[in-house]
Amino acid sequence: MSARIGVVTFPGSQDDQDALRAVALVGAEPVALWHREADLRQVDAVILPGGFSYGDYLRAGAIARFSPVMEAVIAGAREGLPVLGICNGFQVLCESHLLPGALIRNGGMLFINRDERLRVESTATAWTADYSVGQEILIPIKNGEGRFTADEHTLDELEAEGRVIARYLDNPNGSARDIAGIANAAGNVVGLMPHPEHAVEELTGPYPGPATDGLPFFTSILKQLVAA
Amino acid sequence: MARVVVDVMLKPEILDPQGQAVQRALPRLGFDGIVDVRQGKRFEIELDGPADDAALARAREIAEKLLANTVIEQFEVRFDGAVDSAAAATSTERTAG
Amino acid sequence: MTTQPAQSAPQHYTVDTVENAAVTPEVEQPYEALGVKPDEYDRIREILGRRPTSSELAMYSVMWSEHCSYKSSKVHLKQFGEKAPEVDFLLVGPGENAGVVDVGGDLAVTFKIESHNHPSYVEPYQGAATGVGGIVRDILTMGARPIAVMDPLRFGAADAADTHRVLPGVVRGIGGYGNSLGLPNIGGEIVFDPCYAGNPLVNALAVGVMKKSEIKLAQAHGPGNKVVLFGARTGGDGIGGASVLASATFDDGRPSKRPSVQVGDPFMEKVLIECCLEIFAEDLVVGIQDLGAAGLSCATTELAAAGMVSAGVGGMDVQLDLAPLRDATLVPEEILMSESQERMMAVVIPANVERFFALCEKWDVTATVIGTVTDTGRLRMTWHGETIVDVDPRTLAHQGPVYHRPYHRPDWQDGLQAAAPDSLSRPKTGEELRETVLRLLASPNLADKRWVVEQYDHRVRGNTVLAHGEDSGMLRLDEESNLGIALATDGNGRYTKLDPYAGAQLALAEAYRNVAATGARPLAVTDCLNFGSPEDPEVMWQFAEATRGLADACQVLGTPVTGGNVSFYNQTQRSASSAGGAVSQAIHPTPIVGVLGVIDDVTRRTRLAFEDEGDILLLLGDTRDEFGGSEWAHVVHGHLGGLPPTVDLERERLLAEVLIAGSRDGMLSAAHDLSDGGLIQAIVESALRGGHGARIVLPDELDPFVALFSESAGRAVVAVPRSEELRFTDMCRFRGLPVARIGVVDGDAVEVQGQFSIPLEELRRAHTGTFPALFG
Repeated sequence: MSARIGVVTFPGSQDDQDALRAVALVGAEPVALWHREADLRQVDAVILPGGFSYGDYLRAGAIARFSPVMEAVIAGAREGLPVLGICNGFQVLCESHLLPGALIRNGGMLFINRDERLRVESTATAWTADYSVGQEILIPIKNGEGRFTADEHTLDELEAEGRVIARYLDNPNGSARDIAGIANAAGNVVGLMPHPEHAVEELTGPYPGPATDGLPFFTSILKQLVAA
Repeated sequence: MARVVVDVMLKPEILDPQGQAVQRALPRLGFDGIVDVRQGKRFEIELDGPADDAALARAREIAEKLLANTVIEQFEVRFDGAVDSAAAATSTERTAG
Repeated sequence: MTTQPAQSAPQHYTVDTVENAAVTPEVEQPYEALGVKPDEYDRIREILGRRPTSSELAMYSVMWSEHCSYKSSKVHLKQFGEKAPEVDFLLVGPGENAGVVDVGGDLAVTFKIESHNHPSYVEPYQGAATGVGGIVRDILTMGARPIAVMDPLRFGAADAADTHRVLPGVVRGIGGYGNSLGLPNIGGEIVFDPCYAGNPLVNALAVGVMKKSEIKLAQAHGPGNKVVLFGARTGGDGIGGASVLASATFDDGRPSKRPSVQVGDPFMEKVLIECCLEIFAEDLVVGIQDLGAAGLSCATTELAAAGMVSAGVGGMDVQLDLAPLRDATLVPEEILMSESQERMMAVVIPANVERFFALCEKWDVTATVIGTVTDTGRLRMTWHGETIVDVDPRTLAHQGPVYHRPYHRPDWQDGLQAAAPDSLSRPKTGEELRETVLRLLASPNLADKRWVVEQYDHRVRGNTVLAHGEDSGMLRLDEESNLGIALATDGNGRYTKLDPYAGAQLALAEAYRNVAATGARPLAVTDCLNFGSPEDPEVMWQFAEATRGLADACQVLGTPVTGGNVSFYNQTQRSASSAGGAVSQAIHPTPIVGVLGVIDDVTRRTRLAFEDEGDILLLLGDTRDEFGGSEWAHVVHGHLGGLPPTVDLERERLLAEVLIAGSRDGMLSAAHDLSDGGLIQAIVESALRGGHGARIVLPDELDPFVALFSESAGRAVVAVPRSEELRFTDMCRFRGLPVARIGVVDGDAVEVQGQFSIPLEELRRAHTGTFPALFG
């Protein structure tokens, strides 16, 4: 018995293939979703992958958020559909107002591709249950607009409600409160700047390792869906 | 035909590293006394129909929905070549929250 | 003469038709301003039997330019074919958009390297970006999915003001374009030398993969088939020169300033790639060509000419006014010379056109039928019904001028080679050696490049096994079988200046060695030959010698050249008072060689990092007192003279075999080839990457300075588990490869017994501090 996990491809998406691979690696059924179709094909969860949807024109994620598939994703998310937005996907979730805040240009102004140490702050979401609170993990980042920002009130709210799911140990881009990922109030929608789908295989994961600290993002959701 | 200009800037409280980079570069080129530089975006939109309040309202809606991310940006809307100050003031009020 | 309706050309534009050209032979044409020599112009008239129309002249001027016709290099490049080793894996050789090799498992790999040097000096970001875009399209055109890029770069002195203008822009451009395409950047080099000031080298390599049965060729076949232009709309990019033609045909003024720079849109190229791959998967094209240098002129003539050559019959009719434009004021001459990016041209049978267009619509790619394949043997183009081009396309694409440029060995070459570095003062004490290690380690050429490399995405697509910081870039091709490929690029301009023949061979040897060090078997070569002006007989001699050296070496090593690029004119004006000595303003002759290798099982690849305490360190090969062109002579004494290291290709082949066998049979924990900076540089790099130090005992018979810093070729350092030492050294001895135990992986310092000890932290600080200080 398996779970169907959809990965959306927008024009310009790139890490969609890697997300599909990660889903398959943990034994779930990967389902490719096309941006123009409002039909989610009965998936049990959706991943919005990394990349440069629509070339990051206007603002990263600003145009993708209006695509037909996103109408279905937004509606589904409001009903509890688990959604994970990675990097550009996180940007799309913020532009869609499924998550608060915004992602802006890295403080150092350069694109950064680096293996980052994160601390898992919350395991109370569909995507992070397989970690333990306080666990240190190594996940690659690769982005030019990865700096999370929100007003103080929103940031305080996120902290108070335990909705910060991961923090940088060595903030690479000036993100507020070192935030690397957040969740919505219900815990089904998670946005994460680092790329767990690039840390799922010894062969291709971070070196020096650990190389597979990203796997629990995918095993968490699988377990949750199979148990449901 | 109505030609509307929308200026989008980061909200004042948002750090603007691009503006800062420009500000740092200017003294090297011999320009002193530059207190601050902020960088934004300007959109020029040509609409069917007359240049009236309705056109301005449409442009504001476009700005709010797509051109500006109101979490971090604010905008001003005006007709090209003439500053519609009343409309601009209204729009600034609306996006300051 | 007839005036055109103002629909897609400005008022008062007068089109120069074939009919008109035939009866107005006396018209003065600005051919010299377009770079066409008087004798070439005469030849064009002879070929056509009349004067060319201004559109035809535009086409000849770009197709017969050095960049497109290789007129100065052809006679030398022939050697790559003539001396090509007999191999059974070459599926497509030189002459197509890119070479293709059979890597096994039913897969074919296409790869090529190209230059975009001068545009990167003018506009660093866009020059570098469009360089990446161009080479990726060449790979796509062969029918392959592009899977990675690499970038060998050369800049002026690291602390020069202009380097600070150019380098950051180039790096951002490569990252900005390549990352947006979703292509991992898996390797390259950065070298600084004053000779590149004003003439940076931005070479871009791309590699792609496809099934062997899916190779596409750039040929127009089948009279009646449709010619489709798709991708971006055509604008005024890169047509600075065409304004000369345009102004000649205008009655009144209009903006004559046209951009000389091409501007790229990586998002457009990304969707173009996905669109093309779906088109290929449904086998909808008969032939396909990308629009690179010389845009439409090149695509149409090459498709038509290649079709004629391969089928014996062919031709093409084009309605130029159907080409979708970004700028409605463009006239035919400009459209023909435009270098707008992200455009492709396909030949499609009529029955497939509808499906072709449906796929373009899915990806929002503009597509237009602009012509038809014919059997007339001519390429004819019309503009609103009037014929403006009527040529035999082979005269443009294949029958360009062939120059036999004069060349002679520079009279300063002997003096340069005699000025050996032997008399330069050398470090003697342990303290002096220690100081030299740190100084070289921190020098810009040897320093850690992560400031640059972190601006590139090396992970996208999830198949990158090795990338920057290792000896080769390695990619997994097949998740079931773990078949993979490895790529490395090298090219030492200083060695090549000292001895062009040897320098080119050393470039191949180093890239070959790099691929083998990671456990892959070298197969084939692509080359980017960066030189000064071919009109300078001394530069031409360098070119002749380098191509001869490379061709000879490829023959010995069994790795054929599958394609490549020549970049001439990398030089600033020669100063009037250059008298003797090495005062030429040309860059060092810099042949960049890229080697592609194959590995049966990527999980067996060998890294260069010292990972396991207790591993034995072995030095393979022979070390001699060889410092000509070395980093030490350059950094410490600013000296360039003598001879480069001795070339021994048989030794390189043997070393590679041992490294590959050692890797495959699990005998090696680590392997790192020796090159710039010698043995100590390699050891420090491996120690830092693995986080484990080394205790080194140098062989008695070698002077410590020579042992540590000599750049003798044909060498590598390996780390083997104690349990494997005997098996490995036996294999070396059995095969006749010199092997010497030089130490052990241990501790948190690099210690050379009796000389010095440097903690890893101190080494790391020296290594990683330079680039942020220079460019951060």
